[in-house]
Amino acid sequence: MGRKILLVTTDQQRYDTLGCNGGKIARTPVVDNLASAGIRFERAVPQSVVCMPSRSTILTGQHPATHGVWMNGVPLPSNAPSVAELLRRSGYRTALIGKAHFEPYLDPFVRFQENQLGWSGETSVAGGSHRGFEHLEFATHGVQGMLHYTKWLREHHPATIDGFYQVLDSSLAVSALGGGATSAPQVKMNPIPREWYHTDWVADRTVAWLDSLGNDTDWFCWMSFPDPHHPWDPPQSETSRIDWREVPLPVGYSENSSEREAILDAKPRHWRMWYDGSLVSNYEAPATWAPASLTADQLREVTALNAVEVELIDEALGKVLQAIEARGWGQDLDVIFTTDHGELGGDFGLMFKGPYHVDALMRLPLIWRPAPSSGTRPSIVSSPVGLVDLAPTLCSIASIEAPTWMQGRTLPVDDDDASSRDITEQLTVWDSDLFGVDLHLRTITLGRWVCTVYLPGFVHDGTEGELYDLVSDPRQRSNLWSDPAYRSTREDLVHRLREILPKERTPKLPLESPV
Amino acid sequence: MTNKTFVRGSVRRSVRIKRSAEDVWEVVGDPKRITEWFPGIVSAKVDGDRRVVTTVSGLPMPEQILTIDHSLRRFQYRITTPIFKEHLSTIDVIDMEDETALAIYSVDAEPAMMAIVIGASGGNALEQLKKIMEVEQP
Repeated sequence: MGRKILLVTTDQQRYDTLGCNGGKIARTPVVDNLASAGIRFERAVPQSVVCMPSRSTILTGQHPATHGVWMNGVPLPSNAPSVAELLRRSGYRTALIGKAHFEPYLDPFVRFQENQLGWSGETSVAGGSHRGFEHLEFATHGVQGMLHYTKWLREHHPATIDGFYQVLDSSLAVSALGGGATSAPQVKMNPIPREWYHTDWVADRTVAWLDSLGNDTDWFCWMSFPDPHHPWDPPQSETSRIDWREVPLPVGYSENSSEREAILDAKPRHWRMWYDGSLVSNYEAPATWAPASLTADQLREVTALNAVEVELIDEALGKVLQAIEARGWGQDLDVIFTTDHGELGGDFGLMFKGPYHVDALMRLPLIWRPAPSSGTRPSIVSSPVGLVDLAPTLCSIASIEAPTWMQGRTLPVDDDDASSRDITEQLTVWDSDLFGVDLHLRTITLGRWVCTVYLPGFVHDGTEGELYDLVSDPRQRSNLWSDPAYRSTREDLVHRLREILPKERTPKLPLESPV
Repeated sequence: MTNKTFVRGSVRRSVRIKRSAEDVWEVVGDPKRITEWFPGIVSAKVDGDRRVVTTVSGLPMPEQILTIDHSLRRFQYRITTPIFKEHLSTIDVIDMEDETALAIYSVDAEPAMMAIVIGASGGNALEQLKKIMEVEQP
């Protein structure tokens, strides 16, 4: 028997929402215990700060330039390589339960397989697997679309449907409608009982799939929670856990608007343009909402609800780990816990996500608790690692040689391992192009530096950039790009960035949907 | 410079088909035959200038046919469901004068996001049309 693998992903979770990473609001004892028994990564970086490209990187072990998913709404080609397929071929039983999102959601003609499966209620495909997964049950944020969770809720608990926040408005734009006590955008008090909410559903379906396996089975399960991505509409019964009035404002948020705006004005101008509401470059941010209108109380309420969702995930994970332990698999179980990208969460006065390559979106929670039977020592890794490294790590756990099409490297088990293998840098890219509004960012995280180059586009002429010293400026408030004292540092980083950027896939894959 | 004008969206897709424009138009210019080449549409009922297509999920989509121009080889229709404030899809089949045809699917829509969804589905349908037409070479 080999090691069992539980890959746990959340969606849009900040690094600082976990207790083990210094978070003070949500209680996350389950993940904290995994971290203390395993490897906690202090600088895990996504290769894209939106869902579809980032998830495609996790599955393929490739950069967006290679797998081709350059933005949400661009489906991962059906013949794209998959680490799940490698595991399946080597004898692992495989499942993906929760949020997949390798294919677009807005799909009125039901063109995409994820939607076909959800619409039909089937949990497997003819031929044995889809993207390497034998068993598939999908959920997303709320009840829109045609995924398994929505179908289940409509069939068994139809009265709960209206309790969820309606993510899209009548224009099919992401809604700016406010709710809760402060009218914060994308907030709603949801009367759904906790046990029917998608977090518990994902855990319950995972346990049900595990229950279907024989004791001697080797398995790989990607358990993918849709939260704490907006909308923030956790079960109302749980919201009293955290009184939003008592929640401190995030350290990256300044209550003084002049100070906020001065920081934004030192960055490339799309920062301030979005803040003022004159440029919305990411479909998933409400089109009619300007971050400048965000109040401190709204931010407190969103932070509290986000933390409630984080706690529910932690508890759901605990339930699954208990079930695994009860099966006698605990000693041979590897658990990887991470997310696809971060959340601005009030930093710089902004929320949601977009073309902003700073820690809020780029510093991810990542915990790897190797199987206790492997004898791996607990550690903390400070070297930059990426989600592109997960696929080769999964291969390593399963004793499979990582194929050459994977572009990442097996995660280091400690900083000495990282140093000996010269693991020092990560890439992150952003490309958006909606009705002629295009933005293109190329970022390198190398040691203490984060450096972003802007390619020419709708608001940039190709000379703009950002340079931050993560040691002296951990909140990335001071852009050193134009500071003569850092000119050679900047030039070195830009040179290195251009050296390691993978060649762009051609032709560019078409956008099939806004999301 | 802002992007606050994106109320209405416009998308264009095209495909080159190794068949004569007449052959391609024979399929595209017949409103009942859309089920043959538009994946996800399982039925089409035509009554005068009204067409109702039904998607694979069972969703009926009422449409108004605006143009069937056999000389220009242009087909235009409007989806009339209330989600659209405005919609116009245009399919052109152009003779490339080398025994091939260029099929173009253009869509203008409000809300803008519907232009992406319909335009991408139309582009996918053109690919299917090409597949069918090039396999069915006489």
